[in-house]
Amino acid sequence: MSAAVEHPVPSSVKIAPPPAELEREPLVLNNRSIGWLSDHIAGICEGPAPKWWLPALMISSTALVMMLGCIGYLISTGVGVWGLNQPVEWAWDITNFVFWIGIGHAGTLISAILFLLRQKWRTSVNRAAEAMTLFAVACAGIFPVIHVGRIWYAVWWLPPIPNNYDIWVNFRSPLLWDVFAVSTYGTVSLLFWYTGLIPDLATMRDRATGKVKKFLYGFFALGWTGSNRHWSNYEKAYLLLAGLSTPLVLSVHSIVSFDFAVSQVPGWHTTIFPPYFVAGAVFSGFGMVLSLLIPLRTLCKLEDIITVRHVSLMCKVILATGSIVGYAYGMEFFIAWYGGNPYELAAFKNRAFGPYWWAYWSMISCNVICPHLFWFKKLRENMLFVFIVSIFVNIGMWFERFVIIVISLHRDYLPSSWGYFRPTWVDVCTFIGSFGLFVTLFLLFMRYLPMIAISEVKGVTPQADPHHPQGGAKHGGHH
Amino acid sequence: MNAYGLMAVFETPADAMHAAEQVRDAGYSKWDVHTPFPVHGLDAAMGISNSKVGWFTFIGGATGYTTGMIMIWWMNAFDYKIVIGGKPMFSPFYAFPVSYELTILFASFGSLIGMALLNRLPRLHHPLLKNRRFCQGASHDKFILVIETADPKFNAEETRKLLASAGSKHIEMVED
Repeated sequence: MSAAVEHPVPSSVKIAPPPAELEREPLVLNNRSIGWLSDHIAGICEGPAPKWWLPALMISSTALVMMLGCIGYLISTGVGVWGLNQPVEWAWDITNFVFWIGIGHAGTLISAILFLLRQKWRTSVNRAAEAMTLFAVACAGIFPVIHVGRIWYAVWWLPPIPNNYDIWVNFRSPLLWDVFAVSTYGTVSLLFWYTGLIPDLATMRDRATGKVKKFLYGFFALGWTGSNRHWSNYEKAYLLLAGLSTPLVLSVHSIVSFDFAVSQVPGWHTTIFPPYFVAGAVFSGFGMVLSLLIPLRTLCKLEDIITVRHVSLMCKVILATGSIVGYAYGMEFFIAWYGGNPYELAAFKNRAFGPYWWAYWSMISCNVICPHLFWFKKLRENMLFVFIVSIFVNIGMWFERFVIIVISLHRDYLPSSWGYFRPTWVDVCTFIGSFGLFVTLFLLFMRYLPMIAISEVKGVTPQADPHHPQGGAKHGGHH
Repeated sequence: MNAYGLMAVFETPADAMHAAEQVRDAGYSKWDVHTPFPVHGLDAAMGISNSKVGWFTFIGGATGYTTGMIMIWWMNAFDYKIVIGGKPMFSPFYAFPVSYELTILFASFGSLIGMALLNRLPRLHHPLLKNRRFCQGASHDKFILVIETADPKFNAEETRKLLASAGSKHIEMVED
């Protein structure tokens, strides 16, 4: 606040600090200093690798290699190596695609939407969540590219475009909108993540001892000096990127849902899909954020930065979005009955009580029942419990996409062509392998880049507030 | 060896902010405060006006939307027309989702490029980054005010006095 806002207070008036019970719980526990934050967070990258790190990397990269092998087998042989056949032409491939893209949405929600809503607690988790977004989008991107198997039969929509017939892609198709939505999402998430990293890369550069490290961190820090004239433009750019990412993230899963909703298939052709997909995406993404951060906060001793309160707040987001998802499940059934379309009603009856009943009820128990346990504060603050529920959320959301895609396809209008999809080992290994890619990227990220936004966490401590006694204010913080 | 500027180290954001107010009121123009995180209120204390990054974002967004619309019209309605499902060759409605994404894509690049241009970044050399005390402070836990020797009002003694009176415990001349 500039001097103009300051009101002179007569010396007879005593201003007391607010009562203790009105003080918010601090975002960084134990009143850690600004210097401690950079030492501690940068220390994760600077010290020797923790004992579990290399074994974890070996396991995940083995899974990654397994996925590459499966993809090689698929592309050389054809989609027959997957369990795909008439009438189920989309199964685990597109399920995995939607699953991974959805995971990414929590990262953008934390980094962009919570930033616009001035939720200061986001600073402790946004860097890792954004990294998770990028890696999840990378995993998602694999499946649409490989899902046709022998890709030379699909050259008309793969680069080089235009192909040798000079045909352009068809912009009337939601599948093409999806290409633009997902690639824009990946690019903008990368830009946003990198923008946030610039000041921290400067911190890493200034702390680096080795020549190579200093050069690399310095190169990507762009010569950042922490100048306030730079911060002024930087903060504006960051705000604008947050403002741009917000409509972007809402559009991405809406457009993914158009892949289904714009078609005529009963069970897909519903107007509730865009908001329902977005809520589900945020729900699954927060599940994944918690699955990653709860172990990491213990392993990397980050309990003072990612506090129990942070975890509890994220559980509340899971509760809110899980309730929206539960509502959408109910509304789909209601409309199937109320809409009076016999095919729609048959599709939904088949969903709950047909041959895939086990998938449907797994989804319901994971996505509708599990999150409601978070109404209880005791459970939200029990880390092991939250971790287990977060895993169930991930499982439930994978099943949701399986339910929507496979159950809707396996019985179409012609009973003579009804079928039952069974995955093959290639389906299973490709999916497990995508986790290998995800975990490998995340392990490399947490080892070489600060996994918590150092400058942002510093900025929300009382020591950073020039109007707070701890920030050096002489007259208390009462403007 | 020319001197780049006079650097004063402060321990708290409040001290740096009060010093900035004094330097601003003394009429200096080529100076800056280097902080490990953006300090709220420092822009006003330094007299910095609102950032112009938004213009770059706007130009990026407008370019993106136009590019999307023109590209889709050119590809699907001009260069190689194909009738699909009896739908019109071009309609802004079906072109909207892709144009919307391109608006956001170009606007994001605009914001980042605008920030880099306005800040004259990337910059691979800076005299301050050769100073050990600066590097150990400005990105860690110190607040460092630097007045350049190139400032027309700069006077080695007067400026040092001003910074000392503002409460800096460490004042040092930084070599270029």
